[in-house]
Amino acid sequence: MSAGSRARADRRLVDAGVAVISAVLIVWTIVPLYNMVRVSLQDKDDVFSSSVFPTTSTLKAFQTAFHESYWLLANFWGQMATSFYIGITVAFLTLAIGTLTSFTISRMRIRQGWMLTNAALLTYMIPMSFLAIPFYSIMGKYGLTDNPLAVIAVEVTFATPYAIFIFKQYGASIPHELDEAARIDGASPPQIFFRIYLPLMAPALVAIGTYALLLSWNEYLYAFLLLSSDSNITVPVGLGKFLNSDEAPWNYLMAAAIIYALPPMAIYYTFRRKMNSGLTMGGVKG
Amino acid sequence: MALTTTIDNAALTPVVSRRTRRPRLAGADRLWALAFATPYAAVFFAFVLYPVGYGLWLGSDPASYLQLFADPVFPSAIVNTLIYLLVAVNLKLVLALLLSGLFMRKGRWMKTLLLLFILPWAVPGIPSFISIHWMLNSQWGLINNAIWELFQTDGPPWLDNSTLALSSVIYAHIWKWLPFWTIIFLAGRMAIPRDLYEAAEVDGASRISRFIHITFPLMASLYFVCTLLSTIWALGDFNSVRFVSGGGPALSTHVLATLGIRNAFELGNPALGMATVLSALPLLIPLVILLMRQLKKGEVEL
Repeated sequence: MSAGSRARADRRLVDAGVAVISAVLIVWTIVPLYNMVRVSLQDKDDVFSSSVFPTTSTLKAFQTAFHESYWLLANFWGQMATSFYIGITVAFLTLAIGTLTSFTISRMRIRQGWMLTNAALLTYMIPMSFLAIPFYSIMGKYGLTDNPLAVIAVEVTFATPYAIFIFKQYGASIPHELDEAARIDGASPPQIFFRIYLPLMAPALVAIGTYALLLSWNEYLYAFLLLSSDSNITVPVGLGKFLNSDEAPWNYLMAAAIIYALPPMAIYYTFRRKMNSGLTMGGVKG
Repeated sequence: MALTTTIDNAALTPVVSRRTRRPRLAGADRLWALAFATPYAAVFFAFVLYPVGYGLWLGSDPASYLQLFADPVFPSAIVNTLIYLLVAVNLKLVLALLLSGLFMRKGRWMKTLLLLFILPWAVPGIPSFISIHWMLNSQWGLINNAIWELFQTDGPPWLDNSTLALSSVIYAHIWKWLPFWTIIFLAGRMAIPRDLYEAAEVDGASRISRFIHITFPLMASLYFVCTLLSTIWALGDFNSVRFVSGGGPALSTHVLATLGIRNAFELGNPALGMATVLSALPLLIPLVILLMRQLKKGEVEL
Protein backbone atom coordinates (compact mmCIF):
# COMPACT_ATOMS: atom_id res chain seq x y z
CA MET A 1 0.00 0.00 0.00
CA SER A 2 1.37 3.43 -0.91
CA ALA A 3 1.61 6.18 1.69
CA GLY A 4 -1.14 8.15 -0.04
CA SER A 5 -3.68 5.37 -0.06
CA ARG A 6 -2.81 4.49 3.54
CA ALA A 7 -3.50 8.09 4.57
CA ARG A 8 -6.79 7.91 2.67
CA ALA A 9 -7.74 4.67 4.37
CA ASP A 10 -6.74 6.15 7.70
CA ARG A 11 -8.94 9.18 7.11
CA ARG A 12 -11.85 7.01 6.03
CA LEU A 13 -11.50 5.00 9.23
CA VAL A 14 -11.53 8.21 11.29
CA ASP A 15 -14.58 9.49 9.41
CA ALA A 16 -16.40 6.24 10.07
CA GLY A 17 -15.44 6.45 13.73
CA VAL A 18 -16.74 10.01 13.96
CA ALA A 19 -20.00 8.97 12.31
CA VAL A 20 -20.51 6.10 14.75
CA ILE A 21 -19.70 8.23 17.81
CA SER A 22 -21.99 11.00 16.53
CA ALA A 23 -24.85 8.54 16.14
CA VAL A 24 -24.31 7.17 19.65
CA LEU A 25 -24.16 10.70 21.08
CA ILE A 26 -27.40 11.71 19.36
CA VAL A 27 -29.28 8.70 20.73
CA TRP A 28 -27.72 9.16 24.19
CA THR A 29 -28.72 12.83 24.31
CA ILE A 30 -32.18 12.47 22.85
CA VAL A 31 -33.66 9.46 24.69
CA PRO A 32 -34.73 11.11 28.01
CA LEU A 33 -35.92 14.22 26.16
CA TYR A 34 -37.78 12.14 23.60
CA ASN A 35 -39.44 10.31 26.47
CA MET A 36 -40.54 13.65 27.93
CA VAL A 37 -42.14 14.75 24.66
CA ARG A 38 -43.60 11.30 23.94
CA VAL A 39 -45.39 11.09 27.29
CA SER A 40 -46.60 14.69 27.11
CA LEU A 41 -48.35 13.91 23.83
CA GLN A 42 -50.14 10.85 25.20
CA ASP A 43 -53.74 10.69 26.25
CA LYS A 44 -54.31 9.94 29.92
CA ASP A 45 -55.23 6.31 29.22
CA ASP A 46 -52.28 5.75 26.87
CA VAL A 47 -49.69 6.49 29.54
CA PHE A 48 -49.72 2.84 30.47
CA SER A 49 -49.01 1.53 27.02
CA SER A 50 -46.12 -0.53 25.80
CA SER A 51 -45.39 1.56 22.74
CA VAL A 52 -42.04 3.10 21.86
CA PHE A 53 -43.45 5.52 19.31
CA PRO A 54 -46.71 7.33 20.03
CA THR A 55 -49.69 5.61 18.48
CA THR A 56 -51.93 8.63 18.84
CA SER A 57 -50.70 12.11 19.61
CA THR A 58 -52.74 14.75 21.33
CA LEU A 59 -52.08 18.17 22.80
CA LYS A 60 -54.65 17.57 25.55
CA ALA A 61 -52.01 17.46 28.29
CA PHE A 62 -50.66 20.84 27.22
CA GLN A 63 -54.19 22.26 27.17
CA THR A 64 -54.73 20.90 30.67
CA ALA A 65 -51.55 22.53 31.91
CA PHE A 66 -52.38 25.73 30.07
CA HIS A 67 -55.90 25.98 31.54
CA GLU A 68 -54.79 24.62 34.93
CA SER A 69 -57.65 22.11 34.71
CA TYR A 70 -56.09 19.39 36.85
CA TRP A 71 -55.81 19.66 40.60
CA LEU A 72 -52.02 19.35 40.76
CA LEU A 73 -51.76 22.04 38.10
CA ALA A 74 -54.37 24.31 39.65
CA ASN A 75 -51.82 27.07 40.26
CA PHE A 76 -49.36 26.29 37.47
CA TRP A 77 -49.13 29.85 36.14
CA GLY A 78 -48.91 31.21 39.66
CA GLN A 79 -45.92 28.89 40.20
CA MET A 80 -44.39 30.10 36.94
CA ALA A 81 -44.85 33.68 38.15
CA THR A 82 -43.19 32.85 41.49
CA SER A 83 -40.30 31.18 39.67
CA PHE A 84 -39.92 34.29 37.50
CA TYR A 85 -40.16 36.65 40.45
CA ILE A 86 -37.53 34.71 42.40
CA GLY A 87 -35.28 34.34 39.35
CA ILE A 88 -35.36 38.02 38.38
CA THR A 89 -34.82 39.17 41.96
CA VAL A 90 -31.92 36.75 42.46
CA ALA A 91 -30.32 37.92 39.20
CA PHE A 92 -30.68 41.59 40.17
CA LEU A 93 -29.36 41.16 43.72
CA THR A 94 -26.48 38.96 42.57
CA LEU A 95 -25.44 41.59 40.04
CA ALA A 96 -25.77 44.42 42.57
CA ILE A 97 -23.88 42.71 45.39
CA GLY A 98 -21.35 41.07 43.07
CA THR A 99 -20.37 44.27 41.25
CA LEU A 100 -20.19 46.33 44.45
CA THR A 101 -17.93 43.72 46.04
CA SER A 102 -15.64 43.25 43.06
CA PHE A 103 -15.43 47.04 42.67
CA THR A 104 -14.35 47.40 46.29
CA ILE A 105 -11.81 44.60 46.04
CA SER A 106 -10.11 45.46 42.78
CA ARG A 107 -10.85 49.15 42.08
CA MET A 108 -11.00 50.71 45.54
CA ARG A 109 -8.29 48.35 46.69
CA ILE A 110 -9.30 48.12 50.30
CA ARG A 111 -6.77 46.32 52.46
CA GLN A 112 -9.27 43.74 53.60
CA GLY A 113 -10.08 42.71 50.03
CA TRP A 114 -8.44 39.32 50.49
CA MET A 115 -10.93 38.54 53.26
CA LEU A 116 -13.84 39.13 50.91
CA THR A 117 -12.18 36.99 48.25
CA ASN A 118 -11.57 34.15 50.67
CA ALA A 119 -15.10 34.39 52.03
CA ALA A 120 -16.41 34.01 48.50
CA LEU A 121 -14.07 31.10 47.78
CA LEU A 122 -15.14 29.33 50.98
CA THR A 123 -18.83 29.77 50.15
CA TYR A 124 -18.21 28.46 46.65
CA MET A 125 -16.83 25.21 48.04
CA ILE A 126 -19.69 24.38 50.40
CA PRO A 127 -22.04 21.86 48.79
CA MET A 128 -25.31 23.79 48.71
CA SER A 129 -27.49 20.99 50.05
CA PHE A 130 -25.32 20.57 53.17
CA LEU A 131 -26.65 23.80 54.65
CA ALA A 132 -30.32 23.02 54.04
CA ILE A 133 -30.99 21.83 57.59
CA PRO A 134 -29.59 24.87 59.47
CA PHE A 135 -31.12 27.19 56.85
CA TYR A 136 -34.55 25.79 57.55
CA SER A 137 -34.38 26.70 61.25
CA ILE A 138 -32.64 30.00 60.62
CA MET A 139 -35.25 31.20 58.16
CA GLY A 140 -37.82 30.48 60.84
CA LYS A 141 -35.86 32.71 63.24
CA TYR A 142 -35.64 35.45 60.62
CA GLY A 143 -39.43 35.23 60.28
CA LEU A 144 -39.19 34.13 56.65
CA THR A 145 -41.15 30.88 56.87
CA ASP A 146 -42.98 30.17 53.60
CA ASN A 147 -41.66 33.41 52.17
CA PRO A 148 -40.02 33.59 48.70
CA LEU A 149 -37.52 36.03 50.21
CA ALA A 150 -35.94 33.10 52.10
CA VAL A 151 -35.29 31.24 48.85
CA ILE A 152 -34.01 34.45 47.25
CA ALA A 153 -31.57 34.95 50.13
CA VAL A 154 -30.20 31.41 49.79
CA GLU A 155 -29.80 31.59 46.04
CA VAL A 156 -28.13 35.00 46.14
CA THR A 157 -25.74 33.63 48.76
CA PHE A 158 -24.69 30.77 46.52
CA ALA A 159 -24.64 32.75 43.26
CA THR A 160 -22.58 35.77 44.43
CA PRO A 161 -19.19 34.04 44.95
CA TYR A 162 -19.02 32.98 41.33
CA ALA A 163 -20.22 36.44 40.27
CA ILE A 164 -17.39 38.03 42.26
CA PHE A 165 -14.74 35.80 40.63
CA ILE A 166 -15.97 36.55 37.15
CA PHE A 167 -16.34 40.29 37.77
CA LYS A 168 -12.83 40.48 39.21
CA GLN A 169 -11.43 38.60 36.27
CA TYR A 170 -13.34 40.63 33.71
CA GLY A 171 -12.69 43.92 35.50
CA ALA A 172 -8.95 43.31 35.28
CA SER A 173 -9.22 44.21 31.59
CA ILE A 174 -10.57 47.70 32.37
CA PRO A 175 -7.56 50.04 32.68
CA HIS A 176 -7.07 51.60 36.11
CA GLU A 177 -6.03 54.84 34.38
CA LEU A 178 -9.72 55.46 33.66
CA ASP A 179 -10.53 55.54 37.37
CA GLU A 180 -7.53 57.68 38.15
CA ALA A 181 -8.39 60.19 35.45
CA ALA A 182 -11.96 60.43 36.74
CA ARG A 183 -10.66 60.77 40.26
CA ILE A 184 -8.42 63.70 39.28
CA ASP A 185 -11.50 65.30 37.72
CA GLY A 186 -13.13 65.03 41.14
CA ALA A 187 -15.43 62.03 40.60
CA SER A 188 -16.56 60.25 43.77
CA PRO A 189 -16.43 56.44 44.09
CA PRO A 190 -20.17 56.03 43.35
CA GLN A 191 -19.79 58.14 40.22
CA ILE A 192 -16.88 56.01 39.06
CA PHE A 193 -18.88 52.88 39.86
CA PHE A 194 -22.00 53.91 37.94
CA ARG A 195 -20.47 55.92 35.08
CA ILE A 196 -17.29 53.99 34.31
CA TYR A 197 -17.22 50.56 35.95
CA LEU A 198 -20.76 49.31 35.32
CA PRO A 199 -21.04 50.33 31.63
CA LEU A 200 -17.70 48.69 30.83
CA MET A 201 -18.74 45.55 32.68
CA ALA A 202 -21.90 45.09 30.57
CA PRO A 203 -20.92 41.77 28.89
CA ALA A 204 -20.03 40.21 32.25
CA LEU A 205 -23.30 41.51 33.70
CA VAL A 206 -25.28 39.74 30.98
CA ALA A 207 -23.42 36.49 31.55
CA ILE A 208 -23.75 36.54 35.34
CA GLY A 209 -27.36 37.73 35.23
CA THR A 210 -28.16 34.73 33.05
CA TYR A 211 -26.20 32.43 35.34
CA ALA A 212 -28.04 33.63 38.46
CA LEU A 213 -31.43 33.48 36.74
CA LEU A 214 -30.86 29.90 35.57
CA LEU A 215 -29.45 28.84 38.94
CA SER A 216 -32.57 29.96 40.76
CA TRP A 217 -34.96 28.77 38.05
CA ASN A 218 -33.51 25.25 38.33
CA GLU A 219 -33.17 25.15 42.11
CA TYR A 220 -35.35 22.58 43.86
CA LEU A 221 -34.25 21.61 47.38
CA TYR A 222 -34.42 25.00 49.10
CA ALA A 223 -37.66 25.99 47.40
CA PHE A 224 -39.10 22.64 48.49
CA LEU A 225 -38.03 23.06 52.12
CA LEU A 226 -38.60 26.77 52.61
CA LEU A 227 -41.88 27.26 50.74
CA SER A 228 -44.99 25.38 51.72
CA SER A 229 -48.25 27.05 50.69
CA ASP A 230 -49.58 26.33 47.21
CA SER A 231 -49.51 29.99 46.29
CA ASN A 232 -45.81 30.38 47.12
CA ILE A 233 -44.14 27.30 45.65
CA THR A 234 -42.06 27.33 42.47
CA VAL A 235 -42.61 25.10 39.43
CA PRO A 236 -40.00 22.41 40.27
CA VAL A 237 -41.61 21.97 43.69
CA GLY A 238 -45.01 21.70 42.01
CA LEU A 239 -43.64 19.06 39.62
CA GLY A 240 -42.16 17.16 42.54
CA LYS A 241 -45.60 16.99 44.16
CA PHE A 242 -46.86 14.84 41.28
CA LEU A 243 -44.59 12.05 42.42
CA ASN A 244 -46.27 11.87 45.82
CA SER A 245 -49.77 11.47 44.44
CA ASP A 246 -51.29 8.06 43.92
CA GLU A 247 -52.58 8.88 40.49
CA ALA A 248 -50.06 8.82 37.70
CA PRO A 249 -50.85 11.73 35.40
CA TRP A 250 -47.48 11.42 33.69
CA ASN A 251 -48.71 13.18 30.55
CA TYR A 252 -49.73 16.29 32.53
CA LEU A 253 -46.49 16.20 34.49
CA MET A 254 -44.38 16.02 31.33
CA ALA A 255 -46.39 18.72 29.54
CA ALA A 256 -45.95 21.07 32.52
CA ALA A 257 -42.27 20.13 32.71
CA ILE A 258 -41.77 21.02 29.06
CA ILE A 259 -43.45 24.42 29.46
CA TYR A 260 -41.23 25.05 32.47
CA ALA A 261 -38.09 24.00 30.57
CA LEU A 262 -38.70 26.31 27.61
CA PRO A 263 -37.74 29.73 29.10
CA PRO A 264 -34.30 28.65 30.35
CA MET A 265 -33.62 26.88 27.06
CA ALA A 266 -34.55 30.02 25.12
CA ILE A 267 -32.36 32.14 27.40
CA TYR A 268 -29.55 29.64 27.22
CA TYR A 269 -29.48 29.36 23.45
CA THR A 270 -29.81 33.15 23.05
CA PHE A 271 -26.88 33.95 25.32
CA ARG A 272 -24.91 30.82 24.48
CA ARG A 273 -22.06 32.72 22.81
CA LYS A 274 -21.69 35.15 25.70
CA MET A 275 -21.80 32.32 28.19
CA ASN A 276 -19.37 30.09 26.30
CA SER A 277 -16.82 32.75 25.46
CA GLY A 278 -14.76 31.68 28.44
CA LEU A 279 -16.62 34.13 30.61
CA THR A 280 -19.08 31.84 32.31
CA MET A 281 -20.50 28.41 32.03
CA GLY A 282 -23.65 29.10 33.99
CA GLY A 283 -26.08 27.07 36.03
CA VAL A 284 -23.72 24.57 37.55
CA LYS A 285 -25.11 24.18 40.98
CA GLY A 286 -28.61 23.65 39.60
CA MET B 1 -18.84 28.66 36.45
CA ALA B 2 -15.97 28.75 34.12
CA LEU B 3 -12.53 27.34 34.22
CA THR B 4 -9.93 28.75 31.94
CA THR B 5 -6.30 27.84 31.68
CA THR B 6 -4.02 30.81 31.68
CA ILE B 7 -0.48 31.37 32.78
CA ASP B 8 -1.08 34.42 34.91
CA ASN B 9 -3.71 34.14 37.56
CA ALA B 10 -5.94 37.18 37.60
CA ALA B 11 -8.33 35.69 40.11
CA LEU B 12 -6.07 35.23 43.09
CA THR B 13 -2.63 36.79 42.94
CA PRO B 14 -3.32 40.49 42.23
CA VAL B 15 -4.85 40.91 45.65
CA VAL B 16 -1.46 40.22 47.11
CA SER B 17 0.87 41.64 44.49
CA ARG B 18 -0.88 44.99 44.10
CA ARG B 19 -1.01 45.68 47.78
CA THR B 20 2.48 47.17 47.74
CA ARG B 21 1.61 50.00 45.37
CA ARG B 22 -1.83 50.44 46.82
CA PRO B 23 -2.42 54.02 48.00
CA ARG B 24 -4.06 54.46 51.35
CA LEU B 25 -7.74 55.16 51.09
CA ALA B 26 -8.51 58.64 52.36
CA GLY B 27 -11.45 59.58 54.63
CA ALA B 28 -14.53 59.70 52.41
CA ASP B 29 -13.24 56.96 50.10
CA ARG B 30 -12.75 54.66 53.05
CA LEU B 31 -16.36 55.13 54.04
CA TRP B 32 -17.51 54.45 50.50
CA ALA B 33 -15.40 51.29 50.34
CA LEU B 34 -16.90 50.17 53.62
CA ALA B 35 -20.41 50.91 52.35
CA PHE B 36 -19.80 49.01 49.10
CA ALA B 37 -18.41 45.98 50.91
CA THR B 38 -21.23 45.87 53.47
CA PRO B 39 -23.89 44.04 51.39
CA TYR B 40 -21.66 41.05 50.70
CA ALA B 41 -20.26 41.01 54.22
CA ALA B 42 -23.85 41.02 55.53
CA VAL B 43 -24.85 38.15 53.21
CA PHE B 44 -21.78 36.20 54.27
CA PHE B 45 -22.44 36.62 57.99
CA ALA B 46 -26.20 36.10 57.88
CA PHE B 47 -26.37 33.30 55.33
CA VAL B 48 -23.00 31.53 55.41
CA LEU B 49 -21.27 31.90 58.76
CA TYR B 50 -24.43 31.73 60.85
CA PRO B 51 -25.88 28.61 59.12
CA VAL B 52 -22.46 26.91 59.11
CA GLY B 53 -22.02 27.63 62.82
CA TYR B 54 -25.57 26.64 63.59
CA GLY B 55 -25.20 23.46 61.57
CA LEU B 56 -21.99 22.51 63.38
CA TRP B 57 -23.72 23.16 66.69
CA LEU B 58 -26.74 21.07 65.65
CA GLY B 59 -24.44 18.25 64.65
CA SER B 60 -22.23 18.40 67.74
CA ASP B 61 -24.25 16.05 69.93
CA PRO B 62 -22.43 12.68 70.25
CA ALA B 63 -25.79 10.96 70.83
CA SER B 64 -26.80 11.76 67.23
CA TYR B 65 -23.72 9.97 65.96
CA LEU B 66 -24.42 6.91 68.10
CA GLN B 67 -27.93 6.86 66.69
CA LEU B 68 -26.54 7.34 63.19
CA PHE B 69 -24.03 4.50 63.44
CA ALA B 70 -26.77 2.23 64.72
CA ASP B 71 -28.90 2.96 61.65
CA PRO B 72 -28.45 0.17 59.07
CA VAL B 73 -29.12 2.63 56.23
CA PHE B 74 -26.08 4.73 57.14
CA PRO B 75 -23.28 2.30 56.09
CA SER B 76 -25.00 1.65 52.79
CA ALA B 77 -25.38 5.41 52.24
CA ILE B 78 -21.62 5.83 52.81
CA VAL B 79 -20.82 3.06 50.33
CA ASN B 80 -23.30 4.49 47.82
CA THR B 81 -21.81 7.96 48.18
CA LEU B 82 -18.30 6.64 47.53
CA ILE B 83 -19.39 4.57 44.54
CA TYR B 84 -21.38 7.51 43.21
CA LEU B 85 -18.44 9.89 43.54
CA LEU B 86 -15.80 7.53 42.16
CA VAL B 87 -17.77 6.11 39.26
CA ALA B 88 -19.96 9.03 38.20
CA VAL B 89 -17.31 11.75 38.47
CA ASN B 90 -14.46 9.83 36.88
CA LEU B 91 -16.45 8.19 34.12
CA LYS B 92 -18.03 11.53 33.28
CA LEU B 93 -14.74 13.42 33.18
CA VAL B 94 -12.91 10.80 31.11
CA LEU B 95 -15.76 10.80 28.60
CA ALA B 96 -15.81 14.60 28.62
CA LEU B 97 -12.07 14.77 27.98
CA LEU B 98 -12.32 12.37 25.05
CA LEU B 99 -15.43 14.02 23.61
CA SER B 100 -13.85 17.47 23.81
CA GLY B 101 -11.33 16.09 21.29
CA LEU B 102 -14.17 15.12 18.97
CA PHE B 103 -15.63 18.62 19.12
CA MET B 104 -12.25 20.14 18.22
CA ARG B 105 -12.86 18.84 14.69
CA LYS B 106 -13.77 21.52 12.21
CA GLY B 107 -16.92 21.74 10.14
CA ARG B 108 -20.58 22.61 10.32
CA TRP B 109 -21.60 19.09 11.39
CA MET B 110 -19.59 19.34 14.61
CA LYS B 111 -21.12 22.74 15.43
CA THR B 112 -24.62 21.35 14.93
CA LEU B 113 -23.83 18.23 16.93
CA LEU B 114 -22.48 20.39 19.77
CA LEU B 115 -25.71 22.44 19.84
CA LEU B 116 -27.70 19.24 20.21
CA PHE B 117 -25.23 17.70 22.64
CA ILE B 118 -25.54 20.54 25.17
CA LEU B 119 -29.33 20.09 25.44
CA PRO B 120 -29.18 18.05 28.69
CA TRP B 121 -27.37 20.94 30.30
CA ALA B 122 -29.75 23.60 28.96
CA VAL B 123 -32.86 21.71 30.08
CA PRO B 124 -33.54 22.12 33.84
CA GLY B 125 -32.57 19.08 35.88
CA ILE B 126 -35.86 18.21 37.58
CA PRO B 127 -37.89 17.55 34.38
CA SER B 128 -35.06 15.45 32.97
CA PHE B 129 -34.66 13.38 36.13
CA ILE B 130 -38.41 12.83 36.36
CA SER B 131 -38.42 11.75 32.73
CA ILE B 132 -35.54 9.34 33.35
CA HIS B 133 -37.38 7.94 36.38
CA TRP B 134 -40.48 7.18 34.31
CA MET B 135 -38.45 6.03 31.31
CA LEU B 136 -36.84 3.36 33.52
CA ASN B 137 -40.12 2.08 34.95
CA SER B 138 -39.86 -1.67 34.48
CA GLN B 139 -43.45 -2.13 33.35
CA TRP B 140 -44.37 0.97 31.37
CA GLY B 141 -41.07 2.74 30.75
CA LEU B 142 -39.71 3.61 27.33
CA ILE B 143 -36.53 1.57 27.77
CA ASN B 144 -38.21 -1.71 28.62
CA ASN B 145 -40.84 -1.09 25.94
CA ALA B 146 -38.00 -0.74 23.44
CA ILE B 147 -36.31 -3.89 24.76
CA TRP B 148 -39.58 -5.76 24.34
CA GLU B 149 -40.03 -4.47 20.78
CA LEU B 150 -36.49 -5.39 19.81
CA PHE B 151 -35.89 -8.65 21.63
CA GLN B 152 -39.34 -9.85 22.74
CA THR B 153 -38.07 -10.16 26.28
CA ASP B 154 -38.70 -8.38 29.56
CA GLY B 155 -36.09 -5.76 30.40
CA PRO B 156 -34.40 -5.58 33.80
CA PRO B 157 -36.21 -3.99 36.78
CA TRP B 158 -34.07 -0.84 36.63
CA LEU B 159 -35.29 0.89 39.76
CA ASP B 160 -36.36 -2.16 41.78
CA ASN B 161 -32.87 -3.56 42.20
CA SER B 162 -30.38 -1.62 44.29
CA THR B 163 -27.36 -2.08 42.00
CA LEU B 164 -29.33 -1.18 38.91
CA ALA B 165 -31.01 1.73 40.69
CA LEU B 166 -27.67 3.21 41.77
CA SER B 167 -26.37 2.69 38.23
CA SER B 168 -29.42 4.54 36.94
CA VAL B 169 -28.67 7.47 39.24
CA ILE B 170 -25.08 7.50 37.98
CA TYR B 171 -26.35 7.37 34.40
CA ALA B 172 -28.65 10.35 35.07
CA HIS B 173 -25.80 12.34 36.63
CA ILE B 174 -23.49 11.67 33.69
CA TRP B 175 -26.24 12.45 31.17
CA LYS B 176 -26.98 15.79 32.82
CA TRP B 177 -23.43 17.02 33.41
CA LEU B 178 -21.37 15.52 30.56
CA PRO B 179 -22.00 18.50 28.21
CA PHE B 180 -20.87 21.04 30.79
CA TRP B 181 -17.51 19.38 31.46
CA THR B 182 -16.99 18.66 27.77
CA ILE B 183 -17.27 22.39 27.09
CA ILE B 184 -14.82 23.16 29.90
CA PHE B 185 -12.30 20.74 28.40
CA LEU B 186 -13.04 22.06 24.92
CA ALA B 187 -12.04 25.53 26.14
CA GLY B 188 -8.93 24.00 27.73
CA ARG B 189 -7.96 22.30 24.47
CA MET B 190 -8.50 25.49 22.48
CA ALA B 191 -5.96 27.24 24.71
CA ILE B 192 -3.23 24.81 23.57
CA PRO B 193 -1.16 26.41 20.79
CA ARG B 194 -1.78 24.70 17.44
CA ASP B 195 1.87 24.71 16.40
CA LEU B 196 2.68 22.16 19.11
CA TYR B 197 0.49 19.68 17.27
CA GLU B 198 1.82 20.70 13.88
CA ALA B 199 5.39 20.16 15.03
CA ALA B 200 4.47 16.76 16.47
CA GLU B 201 2.76 15.81 13.25
CA VAL B 202 5.86 16.72 11.25
CA ASP B 203 7.83 14.44 13.56
CA GLY B 204 5.41 11.66 12.73
CA ALA B 205 3.69 11.39 16.10
CA SER B 206 0.50 9.35 16.02
CA ARG B 207 -2.85 10.61 17.32
CA ILE B 208 -2.45 8.66 20.51
CA SER B 209 1.07 9.83 21.21
CA ARG B 210 0.01 13.44 20.50
CA PHE B 211 -2.70 13.03 23.12
CA ILE B 212 -0.34 11.44 25.65
CA HIS B 213 2.58 13.82 25.11
CA ILE B 214 0.86 17.14 24.35
CA THR B 215 -2.82 17.28 25.26
CA PHE B 216 -2.78 15.45 28.54
CA PRO B 217 0.28 17.06 30.17
CA LEU B 218 -1.06 20.51 29.29
CA MET B 219 -4.55 19.73 30.53
CA ALA B 220 -3.51 17.75 33.61
CA SER B 221 -3.92 20.51 36.17
CA LEU B 222 -7.24 21.62 34.66
CA TYR B 223 -8.38 18.01 34.73
CA PHE B 224 -7.36 17.65 38.37
CA VAL B 225 -9.18 20.83 39.44
CA CYS B 226 -12.27 19.68 37.56
CA THR B 227 -12.15 16.31 39.31
CA LEU B 228 -12.00 18.02 42.72
CA LEU B 229 -14.77 20.51 41.96
CA SER B 230 -16.99 17.90 40.39
CA THR B 231 -16.48 15.59 43.38
CA ILE B 232 -17.42 18.36 45.82
CA TRP B 233 -20.56 19.18 43.86
CA ALA B 234 -21.52 15.54 43.41
CA LEU B 235 -21.14 15.08 47.16
CA GLY B 236 -23.87 17.69 47.61
CA ASP B 237 -26.00 16.38 44.76
CA PHE B 238 -29.53 15.83 46.00
CA ASN B 239 -31.73 16.01 42.91
CA SER B 240 -30.50 13.11 40.81
CA VAL B 241 -30.87 10.62 43.65
CA ARG B 242 -34.14 12.11 44.91
CA PHE B 243 -35.85 12.04 41.53
CA VAL B 244 -34.34 9.05 39.73
CA SER B 245 -34.34 6.37 42.43
CA GLY B 246 -35.86 8.29 45.34
CA GLY B 247 -33.35 6.49 47.58
CA GLY B 248 -35.16 3.25 46.91
CA PRO B 249 -35.72 0.38 46.62
CA ALA B 250 -36.03 0.01 50.40
CA LEU B 251 -33.69 2.95 51.16
CA SER B 252 -30.82 1.08 49.48
CA THR B 253 -29.64 3.90 47.18
CA HIS B 254 -29.51 6.83 49.57
CA VAL B 255 -26.39 8.98 49.54
CA LEU B 256 -25.36 11.20 52.46
CA ALA B 257 -27.01 14.32 50.98
CA THR B 258 -30.41 12.66 50.58
CA LEU B 259 -30.19 10.65 53.80
CA GLY B 260 -29.42 13.84 55.72
CA ILE B 261 -32.55 15.53 54.38
CA ARG B 262 -34.60 12.40 55.07
CA ASN B 263 -33.38 12.13 58.65
CA ALA B 264 -33.91 15.83 59.31
CA PHE B 265 -37.30 16.35 57.69
CA GLU B 266 -39.05 13.03 57.05
CA LEU B 267 -37.98 11.60 60.39
CA GLY B 268 -38.13 15.05 61.99
CA ASN B 269 -34.70 14.83 63.61
CA PRO B 270 -32.55 17.83 62.52
CA ALA B 271 -29.64 16.83 64.80
CA LEU B 272 -29.51 13.36 63.23
CA GLY B 273 -29.79 14.89 59.75
CA MET B 274 -26.94 17.27 60.45
CA ALA B 275 -24.82 14.43 61.86
CA THR B 276 -25.44 12.52 58.62
CA VAL B 277 -24.31 15.44 56.49
CA LEU B 278 -21.32 16.22 58.72
CA SER B 279 -20.09 12.64 58.43
CA ALA B 280 -18.99 13.69 54.93
CA LEU B 281 -16.55 16.23 56.37
CA PRO B 282 -13.55 13.83 56.54
CA LEU B 283 -13.93 13.58 52.78
CA LEU B 284 -14.96 17.17 52.04
CA ILE B 285 -12.22 18.97 53.98
CA PRO B 286 -9.25 17.28 52.22
CA LEU B 287 -10.95 17.92 48.87
CA VAL B 288 -11.37 21.62 49.68
CA ILE B 289 -7.76 21.93 50.89
CA LEU B 290 -6.43 20.20 47.77
CA LEU B 291 -8.56 22.42 45.58
CA MET B 292 -7.49 25.63 47.34
CA ARG B 293 -3.85 24.62 47.00
CA GLN B 294 -4.29 23.81 43.34
CA LEU B 295 -6.03 27.12 42.65
CA LYS B 296 -3.34 29.11 44.47
CA LYS B 297 -0.72 27.56 42.22
CA GLY B 298 -2.42 29.63 39.60
CA GLU B 299 -2.33 27.37 36.58
CA VAL B 300 -6.10 27.14 36.56
CA GLU B 301 -8.43 29.93 37.52
CA LEU B 302 -12.05 29.90 38.37
